Amino acid sequence: MNKRLVWRKSVNAVMLTLTGVFTVLTVSVLFLILGCLLYNGAAALNWNFFTKLPLSAGELGGGMANAIVGSLEIVGMAALMGLPVGFIAGIYLSEFEDKRFASAVRFVADLLNGMPSIVVGLLAWSLLVVSMKGFSAIAGSFALSVMLIPIVTRQTEQFLREVPQSLREGALALGASKWKTIATVVVPAGSKGILTGMILGIARISGEAAPLLFTSLNNQFWGGGVMQPTASLPVMIYYRALSAYDDWHQQAWAAGLVLIALVLVANISARFVLARGISVPRG
Amino acid sequence: MKKSLWALAAMLFAGASAATAQNVNGAGATFPAPIYQKWFGEYHTAHPAIAINYQSLGSGAGIAQLTAATVDFGASDMPMTDDQISKLPMKAFHFPTVLGAVVPTYNVPGVTQPLKFSPETLSGIFLGSITKWNDPKLMKDNAGVKLPNADIVVVHRSDGSGTTFVWTDYLSKISPAWKSKVGANTSVSWPVGLGGKGNEGVAGLVKQTPNSIGYVELIYAANNKMSYGSVKNAAGTFVAADTASVSEAATGAAKSMPADFRVSITNAPGKGAYPISSFTWLLVPSKFADANKGKAIKGFIQWMLADGQKEAAAMYYAPLPKEVVALELKQLALIQ
Amino acid sequence: MATVAALQVPATGGRTQTGDVIARWVAFAFAASILIVAALLVHQLWASSAETRHKFGWGFLTSSQWNPVTEEFGALPFIYGTVVTSFLALLISAPLGLGAAIFLAELAPARLSSALTFLIELLAAIPSVIYGVLAIFTLVPLMRTTIEPFLKSYFGYLPLFKGVVFGVDYLTAAVVLSVMTIPFVISVSRESLLAVPREQREAALALGATRWESTWQVVAPYAKLGIIGSVFLSLARALGETMAVTMVIGNDPAIHASLLAPGYTIAAVVANEFSEATGKVYQSALVELGLVLFCLTIVINALARLMIVATTRKGSKRA
Repeated sequence: MNKRLVWRKSVNAVMLTLTGVFTVLTVSVLFLILGCLLYNGAAALNWNFFTKLPLSAGELGGGMANAIVGSLEIVGMAALMGLPVGFIAGIYLSEFEDKRFASAVRFVADLLNGMPSIVVGLLAWSLLVVSMKGFSAIAGSFALSVMLIPIVTRQTEQFLREVPQSLREGALALGASKWKTIATVVVPAGSKGILTGMILGIARISGEAAPLLFTSLNNQFWGGGVMQPTASLPVMIYYRALSAYDDWHQQAWAAGLVLIALVLVANISARFVLARGISVPRG
Repeated sequence: MKKSLWALAAMLFAGASAATAQNVNGAGATFPAPIYQKWFGEYHTAHPAIAINYQSLGSGAGIAQLTAATVDFGASDMPMTDDQISKLPMKAFHFPTVLGAVVPTYNVPGVTQPLKFSPETLSGIFLGSITKWNDPKLMKDNAGVKLPNADIVVVHRSDGSGTTFVWTDYLSKISPAWKSKVGANTSVSWPVGLGGKGNEGVAGLVKQTPNSIGYVELIYAANNKMSYGSVKNAAGTFVAADTASVSEAATGAAKSMPADFRVSITNAPGKGAYPISSFTWLLVPSKFADANKGKAIKGFIQWMLADGQKEAAAMYYAPLPKEVVALELKQLALIQ
Repeated sequence: MATVAALQVPATGGRTQTGDVIARWVAFAFAASILIVAALLVHQLWASSAETRHKFGWGFLTSSQWNPVTEEFGALPFIYGTVVTSFLALLISAPLGLGAAIFLAELAPARLSSALTFLIELLAAIPSVIYGVLAIFTLVPLMRTTIEPFLKSYFGYLPLFKGVVFGVDYLTAAVVLSVMTIPFVISVSRESLLAVPREQREAALALGATRWESTWQVVAPYAKLGIIGSVFLSLARALGETMAVTMVIGNDPAIHASLLAPGYTIAAVVANEFSEATGKVYQSALVELGLVLFCLTIVINALARLMIVATTRKGSKRA
């Protein structure tokens, strides 16, 4: 009897320690990644990187100014397209009763959420690049907005649902119309979570390269507007990393550092906005 | 916060749109990409209103995008086949721009002298029949060099490549086995090896992988301080690629250039000719719907055929023979 | 709707009704746009792949020929590569992830658990292309100089570890994918474990079980569906990963038994070859590959969602 107990107790100790080890391992990978980026990227972050255009192969001193601006442009337009759609769709799912339609939309939104970004890129290509006979920033933005919409929809719906029903009933009892209730009472009440969802969604799409590969392509100059191919950070990182030039590798690290800094800042500030931890949304 | 975001957005859009008046987009070969990017950059500095954006996606992409009319011009190291030309929605001209060389670049730790490759060894390595660096055939050509007993890692292109076409065109000419088993094209079914994207990707892989061998345009090997070997030409001499040996390979073709400029100069005769040389072409539509674009491209090609050629040698390419330039200027006049 | 109707004070009459009706229809339109986009996606994938669907039929899925020159296309090497790398990634991340989830749900104090989970979820926020950069410059040399020769010398008799060591291969891709998917396993499993009612644990402990036994034999099985769901979720993510994989898999469109050989996945080949696909057949082949990936992802995501929803419903019902 005693032997069995000793065995069970040692199994207990070993397994529990192992789970702790796994956790430490996983968290340390994060710090390893950040450390690596910092170490390699910081050295290459200089004034040139932020202000100069990319130079041709072998020439030193180029930068990624156009990629930084290009990314802001493309992500900005994607946000303009995707945030309102996701937001209002989320309102519909939460506030207006329509069981079958709503579950269909929810299901489809979740599916779109898990869609490989390259497939979304194919959609944007077939709809916009082929028909407009050219690569453009707007095609890239469309692809990114398709990825943004499901994220924002689900987040909006989730946080609106958490707003207590009493708030709605109170407003309605005072004679407010339904849409006024939503606009002035419910949405503000859930605004923290909704904003979090938007920030996280934008952070997610700003790092995507695959959907931009054959939509907004790339550009060695400042893009000539939204109908022209435009440089973006993730695409530049991809091409620079694959090359053989050390100078370009350095730039890839630096750009990676900039990108990860933006993504991390967005994620951390989103959590602060929410002021309580939320899990990775189920989707 | 929202107001300043809008202001920033407006500024960016205004800035981005006002930056250039005339945008021309092209895509294609990675083979001449270094000099193209330099040329387009210089041309933009000299003519700030014109920005010719060139993306080096590979010759296959150049032809595909021109066929889909998603770019204004293409670029390829493989002259378009009759079949490809028939699929184009417009009539297009081939404009040779420079001469270049495809070199066997390798990364063998411990080997510092340049290696010599014969047609047998090159085709054997890429067919997969020669698998180790200290194979007797390689040792025979490289007496005095200590080759390690290591597996050869072959690197080829994963994308549709004119450079691949030049390489496989050469291999098909010197190896009947290669010709029947694999053939020559921008994309082939490789018997062995890893795939890298673009000349850049192949160079990157070879540089990072010990005991590897790949094929790249000369400038990619030279710029990255990578070793590249000399190749035995049709006359039996081991020739290293440089401006002179590449120019010599083109002398025959220069005299008998066909009207559409589609020609292959691999395995050219001549004692000092580098056997894996090639022209590379810009694929330019004969008519432009947007007259400004046509003017911009015509202006560029004119500049390229005169001033641009002067920069070729410094970047490890060879300038076009004078006879070819004269013929091209005639073709240039046909673009509307 | 019942509540609204009951409280509808008809003081403002018609204006209120119109405002609400408009609002409802506008919101409906936006929500419907999601369905439209999805329908467009399916339609475009289906229409643009018509050429090769008619030419090869089901044979497309079983052929391993990939020859753009002779226009013979087959999806098998890419399906193989996608499946092998994803499953191998899960083999690594599922046990690690479950272990970490158990620690975070059962052992760690609540505040530490939230903090650590937040950090781990940051891993999921790192863009794929950055994983690719890290992998090329740090993981690949490590695999090539240390880990793979080690595997080859000790396990080289297995067909899994034969062949030249390149560094860029199925194994490296699987390792990168496992790092990218582990946050999903941990996050969702942890939630599922936390959803298990306290009475279950307490009952087990009251019967004299050790912490581990209570967790492994009572709590985890209770959360089984959610845990499996998390694994499926990670699988869905792994199947579609593009950038990180294409930078480390070696890009060879062939089937190799050895994990140390270069391979290709569906997402990687579409990313690499799409911009240069000349001709309708080539393009159609790549779009059809996208269609295959789309279907795979839908099925696995749907299964994952069913399991995760089922487990949380179960927990809340019996609580």
